[in-house]
Amino acid sequence: MKAFLILEDGTVFEGTHIGADKEIISEIVFNTSMAGYLEVLTDPSYAGQAVCMTYPLIGNYGICKEDMESNKPWPDGFIVRELSRIPSNFRSDITIQEFLEANDVPGIAGIDTRALTKILREKGTMNGCITTDEHYDLAALTEKMKAYTTGKVVEKVTCDQKYMCKGSETLEENGPISGSAVYTGEKEMRPSLVHELNGKGKKVALLDLGAKKNIARSLAQRGCDVTVYPALTTAEEIINDHPDGIMLSNGPGDPKECVSIIAEIKKLYDTDIPIFAICLGHQLMALATGADTFKMKYGHRGGNHPVKDLSTGRVYISSQNHGYVVDMDKLDPKVATPAFVNVNDGTCEGLSYTGKNIFTVQFHPEACPGPQDSGYLFDRFITMMEENANA
Amino acid sequence: MPKNPNVKKVMVIGSGPIVIGQAAEFDYAGTQACRSLKEEGVEVILVNSNPATIMTDKNIADKVYIEPLTVDVIKQIIEKEKPDSLLPNMGGQAGLNLGMELAESGFLDSHGVTLLGTTAETIRNAEGRQEFKDLMERIGEPCAPSLLVENIQDGVDFANKIGYPVVLRPAYTLGGSGGGIAHNLAELESILENGLRLSRVGQVLVERCISGWKEIEYEVMRDSAGNCITVCNMENIDPVGVHTGDSIVVAPSQTLSDKEYQMLRTSALNIINELKITGGCNVQFALHPTSFEYCVIEVNPRVSRSSALASKATGYPIAKVAAKIALGYTLDEIKNAITGKTYASFEPTLDYCVVKVPRLPFDKFITAKRTLTTQMKATGEVMSICTNFEGALMKALRSLEQHVDCLRSYDFTELTKEELIERLKIVDDQRIYVIAEALRKGVSYDEIHEITMVDHWFIDKLAILVEMEDALEKGPLTVDLLREAKRIEFPDTVISRLTGKSVEEIKKMRYDNGIVASYKMVDTCAAEFEAATPYYYSVYGGENEAIETNDRKKVLVLGSGPIRIGQGIEFDFCSVHATWAFAKAGYETIIVNNNPETVSTDFDIADKLYFEPLTAEDVENIVNIEKPDGAVVQFGGQTAIKLTEDLMKMGVPILGTKAEDVDAAEDRELFDEILEQTGIPRAAGGTVFTAEEAKEVANRLGYPVLVRPSYVLGGQGMQIAISDAEIEEFMAVINQYTQEHPILVDKYLMGKELEVDAVCDGTDILIPGIMEHIERTGVHSGDSISVYPAPTVSEKVKETIAEYSRRLAKALHVIGLINIQFISVGDEVYVIEVNPRSSRTVPYISKVTGIPIVDLASEVIMGKKIRDLGYEPGLQPAADYFAIKMPVFSFEKIRGAEISLGPEMKSTGECLGIAKTFNEALYKAFLGAGVDLPKYKQMIITVKDADKGEAIEIGRRFEKLGYTIYATRSTANALKEAGVNARKVNKIHQESPTVMDLLLGHKIDLVIDTPTQGRDKSRDGFLIRRTAIETGVNCLTSLDTANALLTSLENTDAKKLTLIDIAQI
Repeated sequence: MKAFLILEDGTVFEGTHIGADKEIISEIVFNTSMAGYLEVLTDPSYAGQAVCMTYPLIGNYGICKEDMESNKPWPDGFIVRELSRIPSNFRSDITIQEFLEANDVPGIAGIDTRALTKILREKGTMNGCITTDEHYDLAALTEKMKAYTTGKVVEKVTCDQKYMCKGSETLEENGPISGSAVYTGEKEMRPSLVHELNGKGKKVALLDLGAKKNIARSLAQRGCDVTVYPALTTAEEIINDHPDGIMLSNGPGDPKECVSIIAEIKKLYDTDIPIFAICLGHQLMALATGADTFKMKYGHRGGNHPVKDLSTGRVYISSQNHGYVVDMDKLDPKVATPAFVNVNDGTCEGLSYTGKNIFTVQFHPEACPGPQDSGYLFDRFITMMEENANA
Repeated sequence: MPKNPNVKKVMVIGSGPIVIGQAAEFDYAGTQACRSLKEEGVEVILVNSNPATIMTDKNIADKVYIEPLTVDVIKQIIEKEKPDSLLPNMGGQAGLNLGMELAESGFLDSHGVTLLGTTAETIRNAEGRQEFKDLMERIGEPCAPSLLVENIQDGVDFANKIGYPVVLRPAYTLGGSGGGIAHNLAELESILENGLRLSRVGQVLVERCISGWKEIEYEVMRDSAGNCITVCNMENIDPVGVHTGDSIVVAPSQTLSDKEYQMLRTSALNIINELKITGGCNVQFALHPTSFEYCVIEVNPRVSRSSALASKATGYPIAKVAAKIALGYTLDEIKNAITGKTYASFEPTLDYCVVKVPRLPFDKFITAKRTLTTQMKATGEVMSICTNFEGALMKALRSLEQHVDCLRSYDFTELTKEELIERLKIVDDQRIYVIAEALRKGVSYDEIHEITMVDHWFIDKLAILVEMEDALEKGPLTVDLLREAKRIEFPDTVISRLTGKSVEEIKKMRYDNGIVASYKMVDTCAAEFEAATPYYYSVYGGENEAIETNDRKKVLVLGSGPIRIGQGIEFDFCSVHATWAFAKAGYETIIVNNNPETVSTDFDIADKLYFEPLTAEDVENIVNIEKPDGAVVQFGGQTAIKLTEDLMKMGVPILGTKAEDVDAAEDRELFDEILEQTGIPRAAGGTVFTAEEAKEVANRLGYPVLVRPSYVLGGQGMQIAISDAEIEEFMAVINQYTQEHPILVDKYLMGKELEVDAVCDGTDILIPGIMEHIERTGVHSGDSISVYPAPTVSEKVKETIAEYSRRLAKALHVIGLINIQFISVGDEVYVIEVNPRSSRTVPYISKVTGIPIVDLASEVIMGKKIRDLGYEPGLQPAADYFAIKMPVFSFEKIRGAEISLGPEMKSTGECLGIAKTFNEALYKAFLGAGVDLPKYKQMIITVKDADKGEAIEIGRRFEKLGYTIYATRSTANALKEAGVNARKVNKIHQESPTVMDLLLGHKIDLVIDTPTQGRDKSRDGFLIRRTAIETGVNCLTSLDTANALLTSLENTDAKKLTLIDIAQI
């Protein structure tokens, strides 16, 4: 069946329909990762967006359900150059087509994804529509597209109620550990790649703003007991549980929409509990403490962005997925100073909070998909909790 | 970290002659590194024995030594030039080994030379098998269970413990020389013995066979601050068991999930960090196809063939960045030259798929085994880019210059389903064609996978291609079907064959329906950033990003395709120089080529690079977009020349010598007419199409005769025939492929072979010098030792050659380069052949005469006259030194190849010996080619009857040098009768000790064996020659070469070699 991707600037791509049969309007973004389409699809940060993969061959290794970063795919739509006819991987459960259909995600294949990417690069992220209706009304659609906003998506993607993820139990609960640990064919952990349980006994409160599973896993792998809280949990409730540290997760949408969450985060900031935040969590902490964020032209989405750790000068390749960024020009050094910058465009990739046990990053140390190079930040967080406990 | 201010003068070691496993990729890497160093104001001293390289140009390095790559020579150069640093990781294994020896002996320290890029300890840890294994164990990276052995018994014991099959890998060899898989005790003993001898340190690793696992490679960069990135990963379609150089490779990996991808990526980074490599590094993994278990196969702490491929596949210039890292820069300080916006610390991401296919030499070595093993056999490779895998594979196949263009190019239709299943078990270069036929006959994916271990995903892609063939054949050819066929890159010629429609009809149908190629950019970033110097590849369907530019005159330079025997790196040298010359004159330059190993496909050589097959259709697509003002075809060897007619049909003017004049040189009758007019004699001959006609001509001329197809390079298909039976055999081989042009049969003349390369402007001719071949006629010029200036011919002959060259160039209206080969018999000079184009000897003669003939030819093509360019026409005065080009062979890599020299070219590369005297030059040339004698002073002579007289003199001279001579019966008798002391040894089929036992005893320096005619593989001679080569013994099949070697050995008293800086010539 024919399908069309229509952008709000009037550009139309004709391709083949894939996935669920429905029309969607969404914000169109592109991701440059060459592997990890399932992790991209199941990353809650894509809620409210339709993702175009710049790598042209998608679905080659099917769907390995154990690699899902949440319980379902979140993008409104999926845009690819070519969907593989067969899946080929020993762990593959179903094909990507089956997965999209089963989860009601429509998409389009066979379009010039590079041309689309160039439009988004030149004109900036914009809204678009995927439809199979050959007689679409461009004027009416354009009006709808222009009116579209991602809205308060965090509330859609967060968990319903708090739950535990214990260090020792993760393996059985969540299948093989992803990230830098692997399991061998004999289902044994390769000793060298298992993290030291340096976080054993540490209680971490994870505020789920749309968290990828691997954040909790990365902590649990190090021995931490993680309690996951819904996004609208009050600061008071978290503080009353006496965590050793608080983790603010990634998540979708415009950070400034999260007014009430920002207010709660300010209260967390005011305690002396160590805090580590990723992506949306990082942006919300910045907003909570007087800094500003702005929307980037087309964001960073992929697994190849170099970020520089300003404390060591070392450069790490990071996994990224964000359309908004903290404005470094408006930072108050008395509150926070840059800790990481993006080597390519110099934008803010992390902050260190002055006089506080708080550090936050824009990129994704939990990887999945993407490089595992910055996983050491979880160890840094554990050290911080340790030092705080001893202080 | 900024640049290290202490590095001011750097020595770069090249990789020497092109051999299998070490090819043009190191010229590409070395050239890029030198340019990168010079950019930083560093003085570069270059050493490389290979004169055909671009890196040995005087504009690439400040001082250039084309000298043998031996420790002694490098030491001497260091003493003379006093560099402060040495960059050893650009010259492949050869360069790295030299750097190691100099470091380990303490020479570098005592001369204040720092090893740049990577420390000796790092190299030891990465390359020493045991050290590497220990290190991997320490950081918990898995290796296949293995043991380093120094004798056969230990190997046998270990194999018994871990079970067969086992893989054997000799330490410190290039291209996996001497390695292999042993399935039983006998195989183990045979391979192990050979491997122990070939290893630089006498060690071989015996390890668990992981054959059939996925083979995955990562190219990793690390700087001195410890920042690491991966440039690219690659997946071999042929699973572990086939050397990666012989595998079809795809980038990025296609069948790995992110978990697997990142697991191996992290492992690669852990390894490079632990080894503390600064620069580029290649890590090879074996990944179990149905679990997460993996093994590290090996690490190359240097630029490599894979890194050249990764550079071209991604646009990330690994060698350039590695050179900057060596100077102290960190990755985040080095700009990405393609985007101009990002930094070298940005990992490239691809929005296309890259396929590399090896170019195997079985068309040259028809007796050789085609099976592929862990020992590399490919001489070169092609790369292609497309947004889908099927298309990339189709493009790569037709780039091979091997008469293949689709999965039907090798015909297995005769085989039954059962036979095909058996045939699938053979791992050779035809495997994908066998899989395709198996799919046609209904063999299941599972069955194919089980036998070949090729991943289902790739099998499915082959199935898609097979289904398209069927659909086209069954018809009808609808617009949608045509569009889909073009999307997966079926060329019009194949569609025409399958549908029965003409190519013109197909083309018209395409154009009528807007099915035309568009071009996409390789930009390192999947379009995330705007690109400053991208290059292009074609796709069907989608927006075209290549924009026609009109501000300057535009020239299309056609490259030379994959490196193969007969068409090597020399033509890349010519293409690149021509491109530079045109650019200098203000032209916009466009290169089309498909070889990832070369300098010409570097992103900043031409204004625009199209990474495309060199077929008429692919070139026409580019012409349609670029509309060039002209094309030069005379620099790209036969690949480019054969496109001449097509370019003219497209309306592209051929710059330089006209197509009809090229034809006149190749067309026998036209050429005879020209010779008649100009009064130049040639050997009598005739043109034929069939064996019957050939026999008739041969009998008229009298045997022996030369038989060869016209329009070929490297003497492809050329043979000396002595009987009707041989004519039949050779004609059958030649006529395997439809010949568009007649076959030539000439009287074979015995004399001295001479050669000139010259530039002609239509009026005047400039001849830099005359080269004389040491081997008599009958040995292909590319396999002959070539001496400049010609040492043994009279002034009269030289004058005649200059005069004939002038007449020929003029009669053929040559504008640009011309190569002419002559025979002199006494003072008589005959023409053998004329090629109005660049030749193999062009880089050599330019370098040793200091006359930049490609630049001059380019100027002439653009309308200048030789006199305007500051040169006096005619034969230039001879230099006051000798320069000798020595062919280098890779016979040890090709099991079963006939090594005897003949009219068909067999060498893969060459090296140069240059010195004040002929004898020293000759000595250097042999040394550069790896002939370092004497060692044991024992030799074997076995010659055919006709050669016995000459063999006596040779024997006498060797005896005088203190050699013990062994000879087979009749040769021994002949020697003894003449008073040369020779020990008789038995022939192979006789009782022990035989000549074979002697060879296997490893105390023999040299074998001189002149083959009797005919190509019977079971002959003693063939076995002796193969055994000699496979046991690493020098083997000469021409008495002329033997004489030259003697001359060299008799004059090796001068231990201290004189060094010549080519940049001063």
